[in-house]
Amino acid sequence: MKALSDYTPARVQLGAAGGSLPAKPLLELRLAHARARDAVQFPLDTTSLSREMSQRNWISRGLHSMARNRTEYLQRPDKGRQLDDASAAEVLRYKQPSPLTIVIADGLSALAVHRHTVPFLEQTFQCGLSAPAGPVWLVSQARVAIGDHVGELLKAELVIVIIGERPGLSTPDSLGVYLTWNPRRGRRDSERNCISNIHAQGLSYDCAAAKLVFLAKEAQRRQLTGVQLKDTQDQLLS
Amino acid sequence: MSGYRTVLGSRVYQFPDLKMLLAKATPLRSGDELAGIAAASAEERVAAQMALADLPLREFLSEPLIPYESDEVTRLIFDSHDDAAFSAVSHLTVGEFRDWLLDERADGGTLGRLAPGLIPEQVAAVSKLMRLQDLVKVARKVSVVSRFRTTVGLPGRLSTRLQPNHPADDARAIAAAIIDGLMLGSGDAVIGVNPASDSPAIVHELLTLIDAIRQRYEIPTQSCVLAHITTQLEALRQGAPVDLLFQSIAGTEAANRSFGVNIALLREAWQAASELKRGTVGQQVMYFETGQGSALSANAHHSLDQQTCEARAYGLARYFQPMLVNTVVGFIGPEYLFNGKQILRAALEDHFCGKLLGLPMGCDICYTNHAEADDDDMDAILTMLAAAGVNYIMGVPGADDIMLNYQSSSFHDALYLRSVFGLRPAPEFEAWVAARRPELREMLALIEA
Repeated sequence: MKALSDYTPARVQLGAAGGSLPAKPLLELRLAHARARDAVQFPLDTTSLSREMSQRNWISRGLHSMARNRTEYLQRPDKGRQLDDASAAEVLRYKQPSPLTIVIADGLSALAVHRHTVPFLEQTFQCGLSAPAGPVWLVSQARVAIGDHVGELLKAELVIVIIGERPGLSTPDSLGVYLTWNPRRGRRDSERNCISNIHAQGLSYDCAAAKLVFLAKEAQRRQLTGVQLKDTQDQLLS
Repeated sequence: MSGYRTVLGSRVYQFPDLKMLLAKATPLRSGDELAGIAAASAEERVAAQMALADLPLREFLSEPLIPYESDEVTRLIFDSHDDAAFSAVSHLTVGEFRDWLLDERADGGTLGRLAPGLIPEQVAAVSKLMRLQDLVKVARKVSVVSRFRTTVGLPGRLSTRLQPNHPADDARAIAAAIIDGLMLGSGDAVIGVNPASDSPAIVHELLTLIDAIRQRYEIPTQSCVLAHITTQLEALRQGAPVDLLFQSIAGTEAANRSFGVNIALLREAWQAASELKRGTVGQQVMYFETGQGSALSANAHHSLDQQTCEARAYGLARYFQPMLVNTVVGFIGPEYLFNGKQILRAALEDHFCGKLLGLPMGCDICYTNHAEADDDDMDAILTMLAAAGVNYIMGVPGADDIMLNYQSSSFHDALYLRSVFGLRPAPEFEAWVAARRPELREMLALIEA
């Protein structure tokens, strides 16, 4: 007979020492927490990411938010939502009315960005997402709303932000994707759509790419994102 | 009144309005610093607390902190205020009210009758003067009981929400986590899944899954899939077996707008779920989650401190006579609650404020990996909240939520509290555990089916 743990990566069937957690699973939890703490501090290497992208003939540019370092990033979310002056000037050099802009942000796990962004994007283009006219933007010390600033400067119709999610114990490298129609600073979270948990044990690249392409096309067709745009792909297919 | 002041020796501390007085009187937390409204020094904070202690409770009723005209939460709070119930304490200042609450004569019945007479701002104000043991001692006197298929919140009981999340909403993985939790006595407050997807079809599928397990093993509990409320409503209209309807709420109209909800929508949802009449011992169908910092995070806090904003969310919640309300206290991150000490304080404040306002308060005792906190901090919160009489906590396999990527409390944590404090699950569920739990082993076969 199979065990519960054959069905889920969750920490099931841990046993009990008088009802409490036995020493072995306790120490495993501690180790996972230590790794997640380390992942939060892992820096985004825009140079190496840029190199990987250029090998696929994707143009990319590195940018930086107004948060100068991790400590400031953690305590000042407002700064992580804004480009610094040099980065804003760099984006303006590419200003042209653009239907789609892609922004890669380190978020809380640059590890996730390094592991998953390139293969995930590759899958997304194969699934039918048209490549953006301008560069892919790689932003350090950035939050989801950094896409609003980039999109506003470019007058983009739709911005896709691919970001490292807050590290969990089982997954220090989970990637999230946010779609925002008509991005401009001050957009609310209810005006976005989100695909989360893209990692080896979570949502596969295939599945996430199909969802993203579906949502992007629906957003373009209905000219909106947010709570009014539901992921009804599963119903349409069945 | 044009302002408040405290004189300390040669120093005069001025607080131009009530909003600022409350913010400066709030025990230190990173969110108020981020908002630029925290006290500038430790002395200024105590000076503000002293001015607050001298303030008549009645003054909160004369001028809403967020204007009545522009905020529907304010309107709900003021329109539903019960002046007759308030008369028991209407002569007191905030400081006197603290002492009154601690007095043995203010027993559970007295505090229960007082609840509709209090507005959230008064409750938040008094909590700012209280130390942790005060928050425990007063909250412990109040029991708020709610009912659907189980009775949650009775004295001597501690319930749990079984939270069997999976990053891809895999039905068999979720079923496996449910079985693991049930075998460890978890799930009497609700079996509640946070779905990764916001699709009505997935919500429908997960509700059907939980309902099948519940019916097959005749488990007295309720289920919930915590998608956006509009998604749950869509599933409900498609015929999904909806027990409780969930929504995250906050204490201002603008913050709720950022969640994509308003009072009319919540009312519509409340009515739709109530009409299903799926409860057995009661029909309380709403489930709300809240958390300090959500209004600021949506830039919708009106320069009000985050703890007062949070208490206002309870003012909104109580209108719907919810089955479950819990603060997700450490989820929002270190920008709002920096470390274990701040999370602990917030957990006890939220539980106290909710209970005093008449809510069946539970708590998601949790932290994220970018906060300065660890499992020792969670143990301190668990232990103090159990002493305070919290209605329920979360049950997550190994404390590790593999979908939401944060650490909550585990099935084992609930067993720890039940063992140390002699607490028992909800009576209906306790009877079921005794009679039916041995059968759970066969459930493994059910996963394959």
